[in-house]
Amino acid sequence: MKKFSSLLHNLILTPSRNTKIKLLQDYFNKLDINRAYALAILSDQLSFQFIKASKLRELVYNQVDQHLFDYSYDYVGDLAETISLIWPTKKEGKSQNLSTLIENIKKIKKSEINTEFSKILSELSNNERWTLIKICTGGLRIGVSERLVKTALADLYNKSVNEIEEIWHGLEFPYENLFQWLKNETSKPKIDFKKLFHPMMLANPIDEEKDFKRLDANEFQAEYKWDGIRVQLMVSSKSVSLYSRTGDNISSAFPEIIEATKGDAVIDGELLVGRNFKPSGFNDLQQRLNRKKASKDLQNKFPVFIRAYDILFYKGKDLRKFSLLERRKYLEKFQKENKSNQIDLSSIINFSTWKELTKYKNNFHDDLNEGVMIKLKNSEYLPGRKKGYWYKWKKNPKLVDAILMYAQRGHGKRSSYYSDFTFGVWKESELVPIGKAYSGYTDKELLVLDKFIRNNTINKFGPVREVKKEIILEVAFDDVFPSTRHKSGVAMRFPRIHRIRWDKPVNEVLTISEFKKEFKLS
Amino acid sequence: MDFINHQLFIKDINVHIDPILPKKTAIITHGHADHARFGHDHVIATRQTIDIMKIRYGDKCAKKFTPLRYGQKYSIKNYDFTLYPAGHILGSAQVLIEKNNHRLVITGDYKVGKDETCKNFKLVKCDTLITEATFGLPIFQHPDPKDEIQKLIRSVKINKNNCHIVGAYALGKAQRVMNLLRKQKYNETIYIHGSLEKLCQYYSKEKINIGKFEKVSSKDKNFYEGKIIIAPPSALKDRWSRRFPNPIICMASGWMTVKQRAKQQGIELPLVISDHSDWNELLDTIKKSKAKNILITHGQEDALVYYCKKQNLVSKPLSIQGRSDEEIE
Repeated sequence: MKKFSSLLHNLILTPSRNTKIKLLQDYFNKLDINRAYALAILSDQLSFQFIKASKLRELVYNQVDQHLFDYSYDYVGDLAETISLIWPTKKEGKSQNLSTLIENIKKIKKSEINTEFSKILSELSNNERWTLIKICTGGLRIGVSERLVKTALADLYNKSVNEIEEIWHGLEFPYENLFQWLKNETSKPKIDFKKLFHPMMLANPIDEEKDFKRLDANEFQAEYKWDGIRVQLMVSSKSVSLYSRTGDNISSAFPEIIEATKGDAVIDGELLVGRNFKPSGFNDLQQRLNRKKASKDLQNKFPVFIRAYDILFYKGKDLRKFSLLERRKYLEKFQKENKSNQIDLSSIINFSTWKELTKYKNNFHDDLNEGVMIKLKNSEYLPGRKKGYWYKWKKNPKLVDAILMYAQRGHGKRSSYYSDFTFGVWKESELVPIGKAYSGYTDKELLVLDKFIRNNTINKFGPVREVKKEIILEVAFDDVFPSTRHKSGVAMRFPRIHRIRWDKPVNEVLTISEFKKEFKLS
Repeated sequence: MDFINHQLFIKDINVHIDPILPKKTAIITHGHADHARFGHDHVIATRQTIDIMKIRYGDKCAKKFTPLRYGQKYSIKNYDFTLYPAGHILGSAQVLIEKNNHRLVITGDYKVGKDETCKNFKLVKCDTLITEATFGLPIFQHPDPKDEIQKLIRSVKINKNNCHIVGAYALGKAQRVMNLLRKQKYNETIYIHGSLEKLCQYYSKEKINIGKFEKVSSKDKNFYEGKIIIAPPSALKDRWSRRFPNPIICMASGWMTVKQRAKQQGIELPLVISDHSDWNELLDTIKKSKAKNILITHGQEDALVYYCKKQNLVSKPLSIQGRSDEEIE
């Protein structure tokens, strides 16, 4: 555990990619028992059911005064780090192996978690405690991607990273077959590709100025970009399963899809809510997300369907090396053979110049699509976000000027800066908050805002600072919905700070009723 | 205690403690720039603090200087002033003010832990304590500086082709790092940024063991491989640091407790070496001072005020203008 925690400590502080790779290789080269655990942790495949952030808070409140913890957490901006620093160290116990420690934690019964896990935390050093909490809560955020870990392993054993990538989702803890193959002790692990979640092909945002000049419109086709969630549907005669973009099996939350789908294929598409294949917006879709099961009532109220746009396997045949145009033919064939009320096809937009495509991006379907996808006609299906094949081109965002009201320190890499901003518009002579944003600004703008907030605080509510009402933010957002949960009666989708309006006086900001009118909410 | 206001100003006799703007009479706790400023009529401080002010701002940075020894009483009307060691940097002092049997102590910046580069902190019992709170959160529990300096020495041994640039404040921290290195038997010449030279010479003259040092010069690039260079934190991001071979960027500061802070500043080797008291030392000092009235200045005062109130002590934050709440020396 000491070695693994100092590996993580060094990884988080090293800016150089090469040094990170070297650190990883030094670690994997030496250790035998622990490497499987390390690999599972670094690729975010290990999780503990009982130990979530809320449980950790409960445990730390038993150790230290709640207010003192809250002040500290506000300052540090990272739960794992705050707990690791504030937790009273008893006598440091004998350092345990990473593997032993994890197996011991797995054995803890739910009813004994409070005492047993607290005991373990007390016996670790600060850095080990930090590591363990990071492991438990998942998502290390230490600036090491899964890809980097694979690269380090590939380089260490003279393999190509793509070879590892290919079999990755078919591997299981403790990765014996992987390590044996890497060391040339056995041949490459055999994987049943049909049963496997396949990493999805992702798009890059288009750079209007650069890309349109160098890309030939004739080589691309376009489709509408829908505001749902990306899914992979795996259909065989034996079973049907649905996976999210990250490879989580979400079948049980969408039983109507599972029941209605037939055939033998792997389909890529967008999951949407709506009747008769007419999407009804992300707000409705949200009613169906983050649930383990869906009641009949919920299914009736918010019916889902899949808008399919690609196919990876058809009747056992791997189509991923085929061109997009060829895959589309197979997709249409699948659709014809397996008519379903739950699947329709994403339609293709014909265009001959980029200028022509602009009008589709902005106007068509009014608010229900969020732009267009631009795909190279002869592109293979490539995992990850490779440059040059698929692009997304989003509609111009909606904009509103609002007044900065409150600020809070950020988390992660923005901790210590006041980087979470609440902004509002007028309601008679007072301001009413309409949203909160913590991105979009440049580093320079962040420094200016941070300084303004520190020097112009008029009130403190715990970690929240109320500031003088002097700064106008131009806020960009994707959409706005009526909401009963917010005082203003509106909820924004993905608001971000577009720029600071130094030129505008605060009394020219809209009132809430003008705002609602402008965005058709009343 | 109402004789002193939230700006540490005693109106009665027109005396300020650590004023930001030029004043008639200024008692200066120590030489850091957020406490010692240029242009007062009369400066009262320890001899070393006065020396340091003269090094930094010139011999005429005040019209008149009154050096005080630790423990020596100085009276203005019915106010008695005494300076006691604060253990922060060379010459640093706490100020005891006595008036009509009321004892008020302004700690200035202080640390309780041992430090060979200055006189160690002396606890002064009082009725009112005005304490700093730079590290006034329970997450700050400073480790043994010896272990931290060993991290640096180990890294220098392992990474023979790199040079180590250690960010440390020019006054106090830089010399403390040098002294700690010497105590751990690091006997090589330590290379310093030009802005540290005069202060290092002064520390040497005052018989503080910082060993052999030399100003960085435009030598062959590879000359600095395997060497330790000490520079003010501002120089780490500057073009200045790019002249060195494969530098490993280090920083000696209490803020380095928090990994996220180290990461934000691009620090690869954080060294938690602080010249301020940590949380437990702050609490301990408050308790042992026997003061019933606790005022808390620059730093993370919220948590400390909360704690004091829970101990049934009268406590409030004292916001002194011109002091930012973070990244002070």
